[in-house]
Amino acid sequence: MATNTAAGGINALKLWPWLIVPFIAIVLPFVFDSGHTINLLSHMGVAIIFALSYNMLLGNTGLLSFGHAVYFGLGAFVAMHLLRAINDAGGTGLPIELLPLAGAAAGLGFGVIFGSFSVRRAGVVFAMITLGLGELVHSSSLMFTDFFGGEAGLFGYRDEAPSLLGVDYAPSRNVYFLVVAWTLIAAILIYLLRKTPLGWMANAVRDNPERAQFVGYNPTIVRYIQFVLSACFAGLAGGLFVITNEIVNDEVVGQLQSGAVLLGTFIGGIGYFIGPVVGASLVTFLESSLSAHTEAWVLYFGLLFISIVMFAPMGLVGIVHTQYLNWKAGGWKGNTGIRLYILVSGLVGIFGLICVIELSYHYFRSWDPGAPFILMGISTNATHLLPWLVSFAITIIGFGLMLLHGNPLLKRHISANSDGGKA
Amino acid sequence: MLETIAYSIFNGVLYGTLLFMMSSGLTLIFGMMGVLNFAHASFYMLGAYFAYTLGLTTGFWLALILAPIAVGAMGALVERYGLRRVHQYGHVPELLFTFGLAYVIEELVALFWGTVPVPYKAPAVMNTTAFTMFDLDYSWFKVFILLVAVVMFVGLWLLLMKTRAGQVIQAALSRPDMVGALGHNVPLVFTLVFAFGCALAGLGGVVGGIQFVTDPGMAFMMGPIVFVVVVLGGLGSVPGALVASLIIGILQTFFLSINFSLAETIGTLNIEDSGFFGVLWHMEATRIAPVLPFLLLVLTLIFRPRGIFGKREA
Repeated sequence: MATNTAAGGINALKLWPWLIVPFIAIVLPFVFDSGHTINLLSHMGVAIIFALSYNMLLGNTGLLSFGHAVYFGLGAFVAMHLLRAINDAGGTGLPIELLPLAGAAAGLGFGVIFGSFSVRRAGVVFAMITLGLGELVHSSSLMFTDFFGGEAGLFGYRDEAPSLLGVDYAPSRNVYFLVVAWTLIAAILIYLLRKTPLGWMANAVRDNPERAQFVGYNPTIVRYIQFVLSACFAGLAGGLFVITNEIVNDEVVGQLQSGAVLLGTFIGGIGYFIGPVVGASLVTFLESSLSAHTEAWVLYFGLLFISIVMFAPMGLVGIVHTQYLNWKAGGWKGNTGIRLYILVSGLVGIFGLICVIELSYHYFRSWDPGAPFILMGISTNATHLLPWLVSFAITIIGFGLMLLHGNPLLKRHISANSDGGKA
Repeated sequence: MLETIAYSIFNGVLYGTLLFMMSSGLTLIFGMMGVLNFAHASFYMLGAYFAYTLGLTTGFWLALILAPIAVGAMGALVERYGLRRVHQYGHVPELLFTFGLAYVIEELVALFWGTVPVPYKAPAVMNTTAFTMFDLDYSWFKVFILLVAVVMFVGLWLLLMKTRAGQVIQAALSRPDMVGALGHNVPLVFTLVFAFGCALAGLGGVVGGIQFVTDPGMAFMMGPIVFVVVVLGGLGSVPGALVASLIIGILQTFFLSINFSLAETIGTLNIEDSGFFGVLWHMEATRIAPVLPFLLLVLTLIFRPRGIFGKREA
């Protein structure tokens, strides 16, 4: 399904993002210097590495995994045990900066073991095996409570470990810079891996395993190497997670974690290198900010994910990229107004839908549905009919204009102006 | 020991028949349409909630019939307006679509019915004791579960093997283009199969919601186990689903009810309770039980991907 491969992403990716993005990442904590924001940014970094490693499977090799958190989580647990050993030894041993390498080694090791029987087939069988392995590891956390720390989890102290650079990692900003450094290293390595013959063969195996085999490459081995490398980077993210959070419990190997990385990667766009970066940042940000504002955030996530699967399988980056290419090719000439009209009416529809959902949550979930609450800046009573009518009307008018008026208008305009098949 | 075996066989069969009710619809959909419906357990959950709400006004017996129909109707809508659209992109997007759908359904259920369990109970008639075995009372409801499962299995088998509709369904799976050329509406067949599968899950929910607990977490709890049943039994095989359900049900109940660990039975042999193998040596059987189904799933996919009765691989 992902026909737009690495090549498509590369055109839009020259060298300058590699300079600008780290620059912004370094400046950000000085602009937003609250501890909460800096922690959020650190979590984004971890999520970005995890999502990039996931996309080595889904986007590059066409392997849909429901158990990628296994390698993230096991990497985290191994790194945590090492950190505790360092703590117990009075802060001597491996420098804290290199702790993620322990996670990466664990991810690699488990990837070698579990990958050996997971990758023989792609598609649904692979998805089922990873699902089974994910559940297996998660439920075995009840069996091996020493390793997984039981229900309470395990904790360690990052500032009671030696530092390679002599930095004090008690302040979260210093941790953030460490996260940025590792994220950059991981991103560059994963990006370069896409450029190797292995990266190209992975694409070939994804698109047509049979023909890849005729070229002389064994699809199983290509998948296996990609799988092991991907598990290694997932473990790296897990090791970094230990430094940012200082606590791990069995949730990090669980189904929710595996689901979250799948959601984030796909929402961002699996056909592009920056897709997972955008998706993971967005999901982490929304998770933290939306959950503070609304109970319905999981629902919004689910709806966003379903809409992407149904209407824009190339993800958010894919939407922007397609429109950008279209604009560059002159496809917007004379119809920019119509496109804007579609966008605005769609946004109006989404606005109305959000109102309906928020009203429902207040009506069904609040202790006192009759109590007034603030909806979009207006004090509203969810037991009255008027706000419901208005919200439904906005939703229907917005989506109605977009689907029944805007889209046909654009189609007519394009077909009227096309001189023989210009989309 | 005899008591333990008898107990775990009876309770295992009971649990297994519930698993069969949940998974028979999935194996139909999966085997026939190739759609791995991640949201199948969500339809099971909807069945329980619909039956609870309908039961408040119509009573249990009418809800037993109406709830699965309502769930089936929802399944038809999902297939017609969701799955059919993503079908063009392939099987993986279908899987992703149902994966997202599971999240949305769980949230909607939590929205309308709340996050705490609802008091969904069997009618008072069925709470009376039917028989007593080894000092344990078994209510009429447990007998009812067995009865529903038997009716479901026989009905499904007859439908698929002995009716014209069943023949068309089976044909539409292997050669959809040919069936279409013969004048059958293949997309409609797919919608109906999907709706029917969802209705079966809904029926499972009507019964299972009473036996277990009816809360928004029930779908995510049962979802993976239902997959195990379908893979172990063989994709598309209804008898396979039954056998696999019973195997898992009995095995899991047996492990939960015996008092066993290698260290206790054979002796500690000076093996300490630490390290990977040491912990395994001292592991009580009850703690292994939750892992068993997934171990079976992985082993099946490695060594026999077509399952016990399956004709083709996943």
